[in-house]
Amino acid sequence: MSTDTLAADLETALPTTLFRFATAGSVDDGKSTLVGRLLHDSKAILADTLDAVARTSADRGFGGEKGGIDLALLTDGLRAEREQGITIDVAYRYFATDRRSFILADCPGHVQYTKNTVTGASTADAVVVLIDARKGVLEQTRRHLSVLQLLRVAHVIVAVNKIDLVEFSESVFREIEADVQQVGRELGLGSDGISDLLVIPVSALDGDNVVDRSERTPWYTGPALLEVLETLPAADELESHLESFRFPVQLVIRPQGALAPDAVAAGLDVEAYRDYRAYAGQITEGSVKVGDQVSVLTPGQDPRTTTVAGIDFAGSSLEEAAAPQSVALRLADEFDVARGDTIAAAGTVREASADLYAALCWLSPKPLREGAKVLVKHGTRTVQAVVRNVSGKLDLSTFKLEGASSLELNDIGHAQLRLAAALPLENYLHHRRTGAFLVIDPLDGNTLAAGLVKDHPGDHEDERYSI
Amino acid sequence: MSTFLTEETQVTDAAVSTRLSSLDTLESEAIHIIREVVAEFEKPALLFSGGKDSVVMLHLATKAFWPGKVPFPVLHVDTGHNFPEVIDFRDRTVERLGLKLVVGSVQEFIDSGELAERADGTRNPLQTVPLLDAIQRNKFDAVFGGGRRDEDKARAKERILSLRDEFGQWDPRNQRPELWNLYNGRHTVGQHVRAFPISNWTELDIWRYIERENIELPGLYYAHEREVFARDGMWRAVGEVSQPLPHEEVITKTVRYRTVGDMSCTGAVESDAYTVSDVVVEVAASTLTERGATRADDRISEAAMEDRKKDGYF
Repeated sequence: MSTDTLAADLETALPTTLFRFATAGSVDDGKSTLVGRLLHDSKAILADTLDAVARTSADRGFGGEKGGIDLALLTDGLRAEREQGITIDVAYRYFATDRRSFILADCPGHVQYTKNTVTGASTADAVVVLIDARKGVLEQTRRHLSVLQLLRVAHVIVAVNKIDLVEFSESVFREIEADVQQVGRELGLGSDGISDLLVIPVSALDGDNVVDRSERTPWYTGPALLEVLETLPAADELESHLESFRFPVQLVIRPQGALAPDAVAAGLDVEAYRDYRAYAGQITEGSVKVGDQVSVLTPGQDPRTTTVAGIDFAGSSLEEAAAPQSVALRLADEFDVARGDTIAAAGTVREASADLYAALCWLSPKPLREGAKVLVKHGTRTVQAVVRNVSGKLDLSTFKLEGASSLELNDIGHAQLRLAAALPLENYLHHRRTGAFLVIDPLDGNTLAAGLVKDHPGDHEDERYSI
Repeated sequence: MSTFLTEETQVTDAAVSTRLSSLDTLESEAIHIIREVVAEFEKPALLFSGGKDSVVMLHLATKAFWPGKVPFPVLHVDTGHNFPEVIDFRDRTVERLGLKLVVGSVQEFIDSGELAERADGTRNPLQTVPLLDAIQRNKFDAVFGGGRRDEDKARAKERILSLRDEFGQWDPRNQRPELWNLYNGRHTVGQHVRAFPISNWTELDIWRYIERENIELPGLYYAHEREVFARDGMWRAVGEVSQPLPHEEVITKTVRYRTVGDMSCTGAVESDAYTVSDVVVEVAASTLTERGATRADDRISEAAMEDRKKDGYF
């Protein structure tokens, strides 16, 4: 493409949006090749990188006499990984099309799949799970899908890979598709109105149905993988219109005398800003307008209600803002508001609680024991907590809860924690941000677990989400 | 089989008009991270070289705390081999924003014998020792950097908050999982954290943002005439510390820099991109990665960045 046409394209192009997705798969299902194929065919790989990969492919004799480029090398890891034959958790990759910029969290599947899948899926709008067409749905596939259901990933795409190795057989694909949908039904995935489940036949090696629809699968009339990724609504698009406003306060902006010299030089009214006071944060859910009634939630105090007097962002005043915007809110009443407080749409928050019932994805080699003292980071507040009990461990292949009194690395279990201060906890099922928390080791500061808030026993939690 | 093609399509149509652009989303994410670090750490600092990524970082910090001042100092590790116009730009920026500037000097460490000049004359890898010294002397517990994951495969695997031990070392096998937008910055005495709020930006995002926000950069990012000579497949500027060998012919070319680092290892590219919009077009059409095109230090080996990071480099 000449730079003139490119300049014209850049002039007329609509602003692209951001879409985050993750990949998960079992050993040898061709995930690296699929990721390499997406990067290569969307032209995200520049010539010097491609040259290096082509040289290495030739050195290793890839493709025999025919030659070719081993696309898996595009995601080749660090030297530390090659030397030790290990894969270090999640790698992030970037590519863009005319419509979207993509952030891809490439999660290795074999070792520590729960840890990696949980990490990648926690920020993902969609997750692509790979299945080898010759092997079909494996136990690991069930495990992956159940983690994705638990984390409430909005879109799950199952890529049935190596379809070329089963002679592009429709019957093989349909059988796997039916198995996937069966697992989805058991989990409530794809039929619960929250998530959807798509199954696509692909050959990552040859590129069938990855970027372009393939002529070799005439029986498949759906979109290619990249088309799906370009058109699916991002989680914020789906959620910010459905959910109530939530805003954890990060810090108070109160410059007093210390106004920014560049802002003053640009004509900021020093007198008018002498008593400026605003609460900085990122909207985690929903949207807010100037004049909206909001409640300030401070642990240990009753909610205080006021109205939004202004929404500021770096010198502009906004009429409204929505997740995931970072802004500064001014309130009509001069309350004492601090980091760790939450500002929420009035009348939409249930009572704060110091009793936390949760599903924990255990991510540390140090096991969880009943009675352990931990830290819980929820929104912008970190509080001390004690683990009252562990009530069970999930068998990810049967989706049943088994008895357990401790959790080990990569286990997912249920636990009850008692917090040192009551927090505005919300069920993760309906609040992917305010229902999430970290469990942190107070001794070395390491992250021990990803926590998902559940309803208290006796509250009417939907049985479908009982895992 | 899917609901997104049916019922949910309506939700999408309604949402599209208010959907943030990718630049707005990246900006929001970076500001959130900058504010988290300022709220949770005692003494942060921002690594500021005058390079485009650190300039964007500083711009984001001014937006995060508006109308207040940026509440932390900037730290420059001076290799002594700087482009003079970059140092001038650095000083003007610090003055304009009313910031405190802390300088760690490679030259001072060479003069005192604590560091030795390398045979190839490159000083970029020598920055680690003065950097760690400045961090310890000033008791910085968090240091913001403008590192991006699209730059290099070692960076692609690094966390947004990257814990470093008392020697500044990165341990790729022992990183904390980063979940949702909940960042865990806890550290023990002697440890510090490197924070990379623009991890998820690409080179093109940076340039589009510079264009959109009308951010000033040192002039050498734009096409200009310069005396250069060819070395290692790059155009190297003639300067005090960068002299041609007898067989290297000096010619005048219209060039610009894609990265700005140590004058002894940063190469220029031939370019007629005189304005920021020219550069956006040039970067979008480029067939070479920015480090591959212009950094001698990253060409030393495939794992050059990985090795430097483990030793405490950014």
